[in-house]
Amino acid sequence: MNPASKFYGWGLPVDISTHGPEIDRLIHVLHVFMFLLFAGWFVFLVLALVRFRKRPGHAAVYKEQHFKTPTYVEVGVALFEIVLLFAFSIPLFYRIRNIPFPQQDALQVRVVAEQFAWNFHYPGSDGIFGQTKPSLMSPSNPVGLDRNSPNAADDITTINQLHVPVNRPVSVELASKDVIHSFAIPVLRVKQDVIPGTPSRVWFQAKQTGNFEIACAQLCGLGHYRMRGFIMIKTEDEYNNWLAKMTPVKPAPPAPAVTQGAT
Amino acid sequence: MKEHSSHSHSASLPFWRKYIFSLDHKVIGVQYAVTGLLFLLFGFTLIMLIRWQLAYPGQPLPVIGHLFSEKMMVGGIMLPEFYNQLGAMHGTIMVFLGVVPLAVGGFGNYLVPLQIGAPDMAFPKLNMMSYWVYFMGGLIMLASFFLPEGAAQSGWTSYPPLANLASSGQTFWLLGMVFLITSSLLGSVNFIVTIAQLRADGLSFFRLPFFVWAQFITSFLLLLAFPPLEAAGVLQLMDRLAGTSFFMPSGLVVAGEQLAVSGGGNPVLWQHLFWFLAHPEVYVLILPAMGIVAEILACNTRKPIYGYRSMVYSVVAIGFLSFVVWAHHMFLTGMGTKMSGFFQITTMMISVPSVIILTALALSLWGGSIRFNTPMLFAIAFLPMFGIGGLTGLPLGLAASDVHLHDTYYVIGHFHYVVAPGTIFALFAGVYHWFPKVTGRKMSEVLGKIHFFFSLIFINGVFMPMFLMGLAGVSRRLYDPTQYAHAGSTQPLNVFVSICAWLLALAQIPFVLNFFGSLIFGKKVDRNPWEATTLEWAAPSPPPHGNFDEVPAVYRGPYEYSVPGQARDFWPQHMAKEN
Repeated sequence: MNPASKFYGWGLPVDISTHGPEIDRLIHVLHVFMFLLFAGWFVFLVLALVRFRKRPGHAAVYKEQHFKTPTYVEVGVALFEIVLLFAFSIPLFYRIRNIPFPQQDALQVRVVAEQFAWNFHYPGSDGIFGQTKPSLMSPSNPVGLDRNSPNAADDITTINQLHVPVNRPVSVELASKDVIHSFAIPVLRVKQDVIPGTPSRVWFQAKQTGNFEIACAQLCGLGHYRMRGFIMIKTEDEYNNWLAKMTPVKPAPPAPAVTQGAT
Repeated sequence: MKEHSSHSHSASLPFWRKYIFSLDHKVIGVQYAVTGLLFLLFGFTLIMLIRWQLAYPGQPLPVIGHLFSEKMMVGGIMLPEFYNQLGAMHGTIMVFLGVVPLAVGGFGNYLVPLQIGAPDMAFPKLNMMSYWVYFMGGLIMLASFFLPEGAAQSGWTSYPPLANLASSGQTFWLLGMVFLITSSLLGSVNFIVTIAQLRADGLSFFRLPFFVWAQFITSFLLLLAFPPLEAAGVLQLMDRLAGTSFFMPSGLVVAGEQLAVSGGGNPVLWQHLFWFLAHPEVYVLILPAMGIVAEILACNTRKPIYGYRSMVYSVVAIGFLSFVVWAHHMFLTGMGTKMSGFFQITTMMISVPSVIILTALALSLWGGSIRFNTPMLFAIAFLPMFGIGGLTGLPLGLAASDVHLHDTYYVIGHFHYVVAPGTIFALFAGVYHWFPKVTGRKMSEVLGKIHFFFSLIFINGVFMPMFLMGLAGVSRRLYDPTQYAHAGSTQPLNVFVSICAWLLALAQIPFVLNFFGSLIFGKKVDRNPWEATTLEWAAPSPPPHGNFDEVPAVYRGPYEYSVPGQARDFWPQHMAKEN
């Protein structure tokens, strides 16, 4: 049996993010509402079909009957949609899109997507990204990092492996080298289009450790189906050990920040 | 009226002027309908090939696998490039070459002049041109499969930069789309003028059959929403052929090479232009279907439809609102929360008139005397099927739940419930209902009911499991879903869906037999076999060139069934006195 089967099944996968339960609750509320509405309406349909079937001694009624109930149901549905909008979806989407705590508390990571891999770029111990340039992008330097630029010496890059600490917000800046991809982590309820030329950002905070899948959710070419990455959620100690192991040379002394963030 | 002269004129025409390059709206309507049905069959065939790859990834396709060229399948095993072509062309063909030509070009052309009591469309030559431009577009799309690198493979949405970088099939796709859009524009102008100008005496707007209203609003949607996509298509064509960069940003690195484009463009611009068409397009697909269902429900419940006026107001409201919801397809492009808030609100607003129409159609059954013939069964089934399609739009229209469901199988399930067991069931209902008018013969009820019940069972078997797959987070357009653990966990559902899809194909055989068999063996009928009230049933079956043997005038609304004091339970619109 596939060991991943305890996370994934027919229906919502396991959720390990802090914001995910709210999304799941909305999805559940919606489906209960949809089911009730459909069931009630379907009972009416069957009843009408049986009761008003054509048979001897039965004739249609010309006069339009005016029903009050549908109007009430209609108004009820409209009110419920207003509640869904203003109590659930709009504020929730606002929280999902805007990181709800100080940006500096979060781990900063860049994703540079390409056909058909996820490249990850960590700022290293100084917390500042080195410069990247399209002209430097090559198989050995997939994000095009300019190692000679300030703050770049301690930067870390990985391919298809996103290492993050548990219980700490992670702020991900998304960029693409070539076509549109979509950065999706089903167990974290994260999905965001990665559009070349227009960087975007998502954040999440994981609640438990483990290795999970990153998927591409937007058709990006022949290898779309195998653009699989992994997110490795570690304890803070494990994460720091990994970080120390990966740091290329001795961390350069923090240079005066010439560039903020990446280009 | 030049009834007599036009009739004898048509009789003297040579075969190719009468049946091929015809100016008669009925011949053009049948041309559209038959071409549309053939394209529906072709588009369905494409997806059945895909269903093999999805159910049994990497296994050779039995029996017919070796018939494909090595650029499509090697040893019967489908290549990813062919998979992507099939997916892109399935969507394109079903929407632009199948459903719209059948619903608007076929039913619209045939029925609108008849239902408004006109001898033909306002611009018969424009009408003929719109069919042949559509035909050219279809040929270009089909021809693209024979290109060295095959047909378009960037999805029916053709998002750049992927589509800009794609092989020559994409150029053909864009050229084909320019033809198809031009055809729709010609057709829509014609419908608007015909409905506005050529209504029979006494046929006020609030006496129009609901089908005509639906076609009227649909025409405005086509007229106003298609030009942005035509412009976008030409821009993408320029990007591909003339070196412009409307949709190409600077600094692209593709396969390790810096791309030599001038840059400075924006790929999201395409999405705005595309969805500005493609959301109204959803209503182009659904409104004529609602129109057909309203006609058939009224006729077979033997009573007026419930809330005719509120249905008309609703369809007009849908027409306006459908232009301000497009960006709900783009919640995850990184648009601001204010923008997404606006589009969530408009999306919830447009659900209100849709629910009103659906509720009115369902309430129309109450108090009726329901005949369960084949067209009625398809029309009734439309109601819950479209209901499921509409309801499952809710979690996608709210941005917060869309975060998880966006671009998954949930989306596929949702819009297929709207279009397949929704619109296509309504179109089947229409074929069964108006076949006697077009041919003078009825289709077989036995074959029709076999077709209906098996189609209903299997089509739900195809699309219902997709909601579970979507909740599991399975992305769309995966050549091999087992590559992902979260998608692989739903693989048994994929096998089930595929088997249902193939059985659904078998369930269409009775329809094909019925369709062709009834042309020869169908029971002959007079001009009004269903005892219906609208004007098309006042014309002979089949109607001659010029339609009516005497110019009809209209004395009442479209659905005067079971009027008290009348001898018969239907009171046709054109009868001056009681019947």
